[in-house]
Amino acid sequence: MAPRNDIDPTSTKALLEKAKETQADIKSKWIPNFFETPFWRSIFRHKIDETPRNRSLAVLSNVFLHLQPAKLNRDAVRYCFCWGMGGITFYLFCILTFTGVALMFYYHPTKADAFRDMLFLKNDVPFGNLLRNMHRWAAHAMIITTWLHQMRVFMTGSYKAPREFNWNIGVILLLVTMMLSFTGYLLPDDQLGFWAVTVGTNMARATPFLGHEGPGIELVKWTGEQLGVDSTVNGYNDVRFALLGGSIVDSNALLRAYIWHCVALPVLGSIFMIVHFWRIRKDGSLSGPAPVMLDSEADKAKGRR
Amino acid sequence: MAFDWVQLWQETSKPDNVPILIMTAAVGYYLWYGFREGVRHDRLITQLEADPALAKTHHRKPYPFHPAWDKVVHTWPYLLRVEFLAALIVTVGLILWAIWLPAPLEPPANPTLTTNPAKAPWYFLGLQELLVYFDPWIAGVILPHLVLGGLMAIPYIDVNPLGNGYYTWRQRKFAISTYMFGFLVLWVLLAIVGTFIRGPGWMWFWPGMTWDAHRQVHEVNRHLHELFGLTDPWVVGIFGGLVTLGGIGVGMAVCDVIFRKFKPKTFLRQNLVQYLITLHLIVLMAAVPLKIVLKLVFNIKYIWVTPWFNV
Repeated sequence: MAPRNDIDPTSTKALLEKAKETQADIKSKWIPNFFETPFWRSIFRHKIDETPRNRSLAVLSNVFLHLQPAKLNRDAVRYCFCWGMGGITFYLFCILTFTGVALMFYYHPTKADAFRDMLFLKNDVPFGNLLRNMHRWAAHAMIITTWLHQMRVFMTGSYKAPREFNWNIGVILLLVTMMLSFTGYLLPDDQLGFWAVTVGTNMARATPFLGHEGPGIELVKWTGEQLGVDSTVNGYNDVRFALLGGSIVDSNALLRAYIWHCVALPVLGSIFMIVHFWRIRKDGSLSGPAPVMLDSEADKAKGRR
Repeated sequence: MAFDWVQLWQETSKPDNVPILIMTAAVGYYLWYGFREGVRHDRLITQLEADPALAKTHHRKPYPFHPAWDKVVHTWPYLLRVEFLAALIVTVGLILWAIWLPAPLEPPANPTLTTNPAKAPWYFLGLQELLVYFDPWIAGVILPHLVLGGLMAIPYIDVNPLGNGYYTWRQRKFAISTYMFGFLVLWVLLAIVGTFIRGPGWMWFWPGMTWDAHRQVHEVNRHLHELFGLTDPWVVGIFGGLVTLGGIGVGMAVCDVIFRKFKPKTFLRQNLVQYLITLHLIVLMAAVPLKIVLKLVFNIKYIWVTPWFNV
């Protein structure tokens, strides 16, 4: 793919030439152009002919698009650099929010109703099965894309200065993503979810000092005795009990999973996502593709760019 | 025993296991894709190292370049069209996947009927697999926290200024191989083992073996101190402590020697805290597969037995 000529097809110069033609074309029209009407202009506030200014405004004057810079490194749009996994993860989160809200209309987080609602979704609700399938597969896909995104960030060394903190936000988001998927696992209230969550939360029994089967509970009890308070750790007051709202996976666990899944974790995840995206911009946009640094230049390099 | 194709098909075609197959293929593909880019960059680096005059004028990327070209492009349309296309492909792919494969729905939850095997969701099966080798407080609590803490520590202990923002292998051999070992072996491979290899009773079934819940496995678990004929609890506890903590110490010392010999630059750039954290994380990361081998090959369950906790 060797460059053939000196004219950059994406350059400002070529664009201006083209824009002149478009402008002439718009002016010659007899019927008012829809994109020139006050209605259109009231929404988008900039003209549509493709001048460099309008291209920038299209991004800068849009609340959703201004997440991104108006211009970016010309090599950063190459798929071979960033694989788009982070963006796809976010897009899957949006799909999951959409299908999840739709599913909430048909779901009651109670032992009496939850499983029946699954059958209802499967057999009676129009497109209910498609909705549930999409929600589940998007959740699994989101886990995969999160891992791949992390792998890409690692392989390109993008966690290095000045992006160290954003990598940490990413690790938290990885955890939130997996916890979102895990809490959703219980909601159908079937054998699969029930035993998966039983197995998963049983580990909390063994949390040091906080679980009733974990190491260190004798020490907690002994400390309590010295202080004259009852500090016995058992299955009815340990960290697992707090997670499940009971000593077994039952109606309280279902409600807790539901609230974590539908309210707490999405809100938490959104907050970290906002920081994650904002920091990408603040830390100098996408990390590359950066010009390669030679081994011999390593000593001259500053820690921060 | 005949190769049980039916069993293999049942496990691989389970709707909830299909994502693992997709994940395995995707990780494999992107690994190749990333390393191919790495090789491309490495070739350029080698070329520029050999030719300092060229290094001064070269644009330093393996991509097409012309001095007359703008260094930046407009987000609209050059990035947004890629994003739009990606969103379109993901949406269509997801809808097709959702039409083709129904989400699993098993019988209603029944606390009196334990499924065998009872498995966590597939992305946590690596941790569940670790339960075979460690007590729950290590496998389920300490190790996940170490993984998260270790990941978070990476940017602060990796002091190599090279390879920031481009794929490379030759400039970051140690960092990339450590990460890949952790991700591919200790996370992805263990999840695959937990899904496809572990059957009823969490017994080890090779692909093609029938998942027989009544299968008998005659394995006698031993503790390390029993091999040395130690019985007194105090002696056993002190012996285990010496082996475990001493092993970590020796591991760190060995790493230290290797670092000084092969990575002198890294060694010099790190301060003491960074260096000690790096050594700790590497030794603990290496200790996990070591314990796995001890259990799988030598049936050794614990190396450190005390009245309060076992390791």
